[in-house]
Amino acid sequence: MTGGTGGDGAGIGGAAAIVGIGATEFSKESGRTELRLASECVSAALADAGLSTSDVDGLVTFTMDGNAEIALARELGIPDLTFFSRVHYGGGAAAATVQQAAMAVATGAADVVVAYRAFNERSGNRFGQVSSAVAQQVNTSGVDNGYHYPAGLATPAATVAMVARRYLHEYGASSEDFGRIAVTARARAATNPHAWFHGKPITLAEHQTSKWVAEPLHLLDCCQESDGGVALVVTSAERARDLRRPPAVIAGAAQGSGPDQYIMTSYYRDDLAALPEMGVVGGQLWRQSGRTTSDVDVAVLYDHFTPYVLIQLEELGFCGRGEAKDFIADGRLELDGQLPLNPHGGQLGEAYIHGMNGIAEAVRQLRGTAANQVAGAETVLVTAGTGVPTSGLVLTAP
Amino acid sequence: MTATERSATGRVTETDAGGRIEEVAREIAAAGPSDPDPARDPVNQAMINNWVEVIGDANPVYTDPAAAAASVHGELVAPPAMTQVWTMRGLHGVRPPDDPLRRMTDLLDEAGYTSVVATDSAQTYHRYLRPGEHVAASAVLEDVVGPKRTALGEGWFVATRTTWYVGDEAVAEMTFRILKFRPPEAGAAAGDTDGDAASAGREPAGGKRDTGPGRGEAAAATVLRPVVTRDNAFFWEGLRAGELRIQRWGGTLRHPPGPMPPDGDLDAEPDYVVAAGTGTVYSFVVHHHPPVPGKRLPFVLALVELDEGVRVLGQLHGAEPDEVHIGLPVEASFDRIDDDLTLPAWKVRS
Repeated sequence: MTGGTGGDGAGIGGAAAIVGIGATEFSKESGRTELRLASECVSAALADAGLSTSDVDGLVTFTMDGNAEIALARELGIPDLTFFSRVHYGGGAAAATVQQAAMAVATGAADVVVAYRAFNERSGNRFGQVSSAVAQQVNTSGVDNGYHYPAGLATPAATVAMVARRYLHEYGASSEDFGRIAVTARARAATNPHAWFHGKPITLAEHQTSKWVAEPLHLLDCCQESDGGVALVVTSAERARDLRRPPAVIAGAAQGSGPDQYIMTSYYRDDLAALPEMGVVGGQLWRQSGRTTSDVDVAVLYDHFTPYVLIQLEELGFCGRGEAKDFIADGRLELDGQLPLNPHGGQLGEAYIHGMNGIAEAVRQLRGTAANQVAGAETVLVTAGTGVPTSGLVLTAP
Repeated sequence: MTATERSATGRVTETDAGGRIEEVAREIAAAGPSDPDPARDPVNQAMINNWVEVIGDANPVYTDPAAAAASVHGELVAPPAMTQVWTMRGLHGVRPPDDPLRRMTDLLDEAGYTSVVATDSAQTYHRYLRPGEHVAASAVLEDVVGPKRTALGEGWFVATRTTWYVGDEAVAEMTFRILKFRPPEAGAAAGDTDGDAASAGREPAGGKRDTGPGRGEAAAATVLRPVVTRDNAFFWEGLRAGELRIQRWGGTLRHPPGPMPPDGDLDAEPDYVVAAGTGTVYSFVVHHHPPVPGKRLPFVLALVELDEGVRVLGQLHGAEPDEVHIGLPVEASFDRIDDDLTLPAWKVRS
């Protein structure tokens, strides 16, 4: 590992907690603006926390979010903001929004910070299509994209497929190993009433016969597209004790970028079949939280594309390099398995809200209120978007 | 046997298709020029006014009677480049049955070469036309060459020569060449209505398929452009010159290039080496969906490890997706999009 260690390793150290979660319905066409979706999910999260808009003094979101903090503050009647921040790199921002909120709370920059993400990703601007605006942005990312987009490598699925192909080659994994992740996700979604694919499990055979998107990725290796919003309320651990919900303590919160890092096209590293940026995140999370992989009761791993779930298991230390295909065998990821994965159905099954719905699920698991509850869940690992500079959380019961 | 009769006899089989196409092409050529087909309207001022306005030709000899009278023409004339305009058949027009281009098109459609792209045309004007003159066009099949392997697919080049007459006087001529080609299997472009994969999006509204010319004019207009900076201009300039250039800092090669050397020496200046262009496939993707500007689906993208030790990404041509594998030896080729842009690409090394 050539990366840093995340300072002295203490990190956020349980100084802050998630005390409220809120979401809109997850759909394919919300029928309203993204600003309305953001307002609704933040209102719901505050109500869940038992706080009002006048308690809020911080807002944080993704660089990609279309709703300015000030626009949201206007709609909700939040009078003053003392902290506002955005995190870059697509879905890699998800857990980092909570880290930003926690740092603001821990330093006193703000008392109550809401992290939010709301979009019409299915009915509006769809990330799976080719975007000339992304390709040709006049900045270093646009320069990077010039080596890929014009040649025709122009969708997230294709960028992942390049890594997935090499992974299959190096470790003898198969498309069916990818498919097992999709089947697991859809099985969980099938029993989650909030999931888009509620009541719609799939078989491995259906995965294998779904059409090619970017070989070696089938359609069912790719997550769905969704309209919706999710918000998370963060405040200090001390204040959290007085609120109405059991807090989800932020025991670890970290970002990570790896050597020779690109956005989805880190193709020039020695080892292509890896996600070292997630290793950077994982190392910090274990140090900060004092937990290890064996302490994790539930894993909420970012699943926009199935191959990266396997590689994350390796980077985070659940198994050795190339061993994920064996690790996931024998029901280990099932609800009653050793490492229950994405009990809400993940983005493959529940909704694609850029990873934020996974953080909300982690909070529900700790509260004991999830649709597919893992008994006695006290430590939950959450990761953010992969293939990009990313982030992660370890959340624990109080 | 005419093309029309052939279609009544059923589809031309693959095995003898080439020979029959050549045989019928000889018959069509031997039939000589088609009967002169008169223009819908005489040469007229209204159409001239519209045309020069759209083209942006302000020459008054086409529109201003006084200026035209004072010119060498002595009266209003039509722009010579409008010659083909006069015999265009309108929105629903059809070529007459003896038109050689129609006969060749029917024949090649029947043989499965159903897509078309115009490749080149050249016009010669013998004199200016004047409003009121009524032209007629006659065409002859000049040349049929094929089957040829092209970037678009296997196809036949068909050249015709058209002559415009006023009465018996030839006033203009044109050679016109098209490529009639067999489109690649299209299946993968259609959307799935239930899948909703984030990165497997359905086609845009209207269901437009990317079956157009791969690197023709239409593709060039939509192809995504790289962002060129002082740091990487040499790379893109090299591609235009047919060179795959790799940045070099002292003894270290670097791709993609950047403004800083590996040792951080601010006094260092980079140069580049021209890669031999040979390497092997390090990883690859077969892209099926969604459509990508300028590309026909599916296509293969290869991340190639050059013999010099750096990786470069580009489209891999000339190999069926099933034939591609990691370790496949390839060599550089150059996809010229237009005067400004050439993309790095690969072909299988023999």
